[in-house]
Amino acid sequence: MTDNVLSDMPAAAQATSSPAAHLKRPLRRKGVVIAHEKSWKRSSIWTLQVGIFVALIGGWELATRLGLIDPFFWSSPSRIYNAFIIVIGEGTLFQDTWFTFKATIIGFLLGSAIGAAIGLSLWWSINAAAVVQPYIVVFNAVPKIALGPLIILIFGIGISSKIALAVAFTAVITALAAYAGVRAVDDDLVKLTLSLGGRRRDVFLKIVVPSAMPWITSSLHINIGLALAGAIAGEFISSQYGLGKIIMYAGSTYDMALIWVGIIILALLAIVLYGAVNWLEHKFTRGQNVKTI
Amino acid sequence: MSQSIMTEPALPPTEPSTLRPKLRLDGLTHEFRTGGAPPVKAIEGISLDVAPGAFVSLIGQSGCGKSTLFNIMAGLLQPSAGRVVLDGEDITGRAGLVSYMLQKDLLLPWRTILDNVIFGLEIQGVDRREARAVAEPLMDRYGLGRFKTHYPASLSGGMRQRAALLRTLLCNNDVILLDEPFAALDAQTRFRMQEWLLTLWKDFGRTVLFVTHDVDEAIFLSDEICVLSPRPGRIADRFDVSLPRPRGRNVVTAPEFIRAKERCLDLLFSGGQPADSEAA
Repeated sequence: MTDNVLSDMPAAAQATSSPAAHLKRPLRRKGVVIAHEKSWKRSSIWTLQVGIFVALIGGWELATRLGLIDPFFWSSPSRIYNAFIIVIGEGTLFQDTWFTFKATIIGFLLGSAIGAAIGLSLWWSINAAAVVQPYIVVFNAVPKIALGPLIILIFGIGISSKIALAVAFTAVITALAAYAGVRAVDDDLVKLTLSLGGRRRDVFLKIVVPSAMPWITSSLHINIGLALAGAIAGEFISSQYGLGKIIMYAGSTYDMALIWVGIIILALLAIVLYGAVNWLEHKFTRGQNVKTI
Repeated sequence: MSQSIMTEPALPPTEPSTLRPKLRLDGLTHEFRTGGAPPVKAIEGISLDVAPGAFVSLIGQSGCGKSTLFNIMAGLLQPSAGRVVLDGEDITGRAGLVSYMLQKDLLLPWRTILDNVIFGLEIQGVDRREARAVAEPLMDRYGLGRFKTHYPASLSGGMRQRAALLRTLLCNNDVILLDEPFAALDAQTRFRMQEWLLTLWKDFGRTVLFVTHDVDEAIFLSDEICVLSPRPGRIADRFDVSLPRPRGRNVVTAPEFIRAKERCLDLLFSGGQPADSEAA
């Protein structure tokens, strides 16, 4: 019975009496086979990642030795290694790294906390939020690095100006993220809390803050890079310590290997911070579906 | 406060008086005004007395103002006219005195099931540890014990609704409003949930107001049925379901069940109402 109906279908569709008769028959009658990429073994991916790294470093070294590129501008892995040994011997590298690290961490924490507080507090009043919004948008659009000279003049050439720049770089990002999180709070959860006899304070602490948490923590990933950029920018402009100072100094003396030493240490710092933020995110957004960038 | 939360199931309802209604709706009317548009009347003159410990269902087509009515009863919305009276006291526009559960389970995704179940108690000011001590044995007893430390995302729809219902019941309110709590569940799960709900209703001795589209569900569960007319919502009919409890599944073939069903369907589909609005 069912078979009959199905096999009659094309004939019925072609019959002039059918309302669908004017429709063209689709051309691709065989259907489409959907291609799925098979995921590789973890060990293969790992091997490939290491392989690419080795090839890049090896190729770079080889190219300078064969004279394909000029080591004066491009430096080379072996020169970078030698420069690294020398600065370690001088003993100031650790101090400079620590300086940058400290400015970055404090600026990151302070900026993220201030931003989260601003963004979350906008929940308390839709009117206050409407008033403040253009200021936040403008401050977000202004290139914060332009504030650098001003901040150095106000806060001096010590660590506080680097922290202030890192705060300026990071706070708006988290404020905007937290505010987006606040606006995305499920109204029904608010209603539920109110129907249980909750007050605005309960709604804020038990619904709004945890709902906005994934937004806030996802902004932290971006803030790592921005806090580092803020600290380095401050050190570029004027500083006695820091990796930014080393890079600036190396640049002015054409010491390309030393520039690379600074960059590599910065990359290592960024990896450490990234790991820490991932750990924090995991801890604070349990149960919620979070896709890490 | 700490004493009242120790409500043991299987206790008789605390309110001995059957003379006074537990909940009284007195001429509730509500109009929505939006901008310059003419006001829309959602409900009109709804009056209803609900006896302590009763299970009353409200059925009606979509757009009969059920959600408006529930929001008013829950104190989330101030009615244009009329009063909500609980135990003789006017509670119109006051939230937190009757519990409220929706079709969406509204579990907090960042809390474990245990901490979701105690959410109501926590809002009512009970210490977290104390609330957990109250909730844990109940979760074991009502089939949620395995899921205490799970997060809602890892539970099935039925289990999530169970947790939501237990949260609603744990709040110290004698009246609970259930707004189509099982509408999103598949037929088999829904059937199990209905039986489970009746067990809890009996154990906790609460007064239940239950909104549904499903006539069978309403008759199977209720002592009393109110049929609401389409917008503006009014009580079109009201009758008792005197089928003996406990009711088995075969109750659907009992003559009284069929009579009650006919009565409801006649009311719902009289007056040339489009049949498809019921499916919404």
